[in-house]
Amino acid sequence: MVEVQSIIDIGKSDTRFLRTLSKELGSAQLTKCFQCGVCTASCPVREVEANFNPRKIMKLAKLGLKDEVFKSDFIWLCSMCFMCHERCPQDVKPPDVMTVLKNMAAKEGKAPPNLVKVLKILEENGRVYLIDDFTEEEREDLELPGLEPEPEFVKKIAEA
Amino acid sequence: MEYQIFLGCTIPARQVNYEISARKVATALGIDLVDREFGCCGFPAEPLDEVKAIGMATVNLMKAAEMDLPVVALCSACGEMLSKAELVLDDEATLKKVNRTLKKTLETEYNGAKPKILHFARMLYEQYGVEKIKEKVVRPLNLKIATHPGCHYVRPKEFFQEFDDPEFPVSLDKLVEATGAEAVEYIGKTDCCGGGLLAVNENIAKAMTAKKLNTLQGKADAIVLACPFCGIMFDKYQKTLEEELETTYGIPVLYVTQLLGLALGVPPDDLGFDVNTVPVEELLEKVMQ
Repeated sequence: MVEVQSIIDIGKSDTRFLRTLSKELGSAQLTKCFQCGVCTASCPVREVEANFNPRKIMKLAKLGLKDEVFKSDFIWLCSMCFMCHERCPQDVKPPDVMTVLKNMAAKEGKAPPNLVKVLKILEENGRVYLIDDFTEEEREDLELPGLEPEPEFVKKIAEA
Repeated sequence: MEYQIFLGCTIPARQVNYEISARKVATALGIDLVDREFGCCGFPAEPLDEVKAIGMATVNLMKAAEMDLPVVALCSACGEMLSKAELVLDDEATLKKVNRTLKKTLETEYNGAKPKILHFARMLYEQYGVEKIKEKVVRPLNLKIATHPGCHYVRPKEFFQEFDDPEFPVSLDKLVEATGAEAVEYIGKTDCCGGGLLAVNENIAKAMTAKKLNTLQGKADAIVLACPFCGIMFDKYQKTLEEELETTYGIPVLYVTQLLGLALGVPPDDLGFDVNTVPVEELLEKVMQ
């Protein structure tokens, strides 16, 4: 007998989640996904992590199964290499869908701490890596132009 | 030829060998680089808040447009983010959201600025020209080079006006061949370095890097690339991977500008090789023979 381990419960489809996806530029084409799997077949992350499956994420998102999508860390494992984007016959733009999903998850406080930290650093320093005295001296020695140490506009946008 | 140079955050702080060599190559080729006070391109903010990311890119675009000069980005992620912003700002809903953020934080709005954004390597390939570089080579390189084009240098192709093929990119190889070196073909050339996942899952990131290093073991004198994240993965992580996987790669990792600099006769001491992690002495000896 075939053992069915998990059946998708369509009753859990979240219509608000679907409406948001349809409105965002990055996920506007998601409904066109016909599950061909070229994304998964092209994915360099999947080649080293067999559990990662962008096709499955597209399916779950398209069905509105928000909790399922956000349950695992899968959306964060897309490295944004855009190979699937180039090959998708339906122009679904899977990496852009991932970004929309990541942004939604982040709003709910579900972003990986290291990524949250990066935005915090931008908020405080205006740069991902601080230009400290050592770096500044090094640049002087190398006759490289000085840098704006803490770009204000970056700080302001980051903390908005 | 004159360009505004976009350094980004990572290169001046972590991969200054790329910046040094790019400036030397520009000088050797008679290209003027103008330094501006740009800020973060926005790319690091994208996974958390795309509107903020595009907002940061937009401010940079407007700054760039204050001068009538194209922008050259050394970092592929910066180049991609700025190019992306130019495209998506055409979308009304996106523009509205970005303007709301800009208004709130900086009391400004996007003014429609669309400066030309080019990756530094693309500029050399497309605008300066491989043939002209060949004419200036004074030290032909007898090396076998594996290029790693990386992702955001050519993909998504519509961000970069399809200047190179996203599946079979050739521009880096052509630049390598201009030096007299041989660009070797290998399986998985367009694969991602894994750098984008370093902050999320270090093991997966390292496995992606190792996969390419395994392919290239013994097949090339050096890897040549054009993005600081790729540089960090292949150069800075190579030793860690050798220890963890109990193997020896010993493949020097050069920025395309370091390789070009050697061929153009720039003294190796002026190309930032002291910043490289994987030893380059043997390679340089071979070059200087």
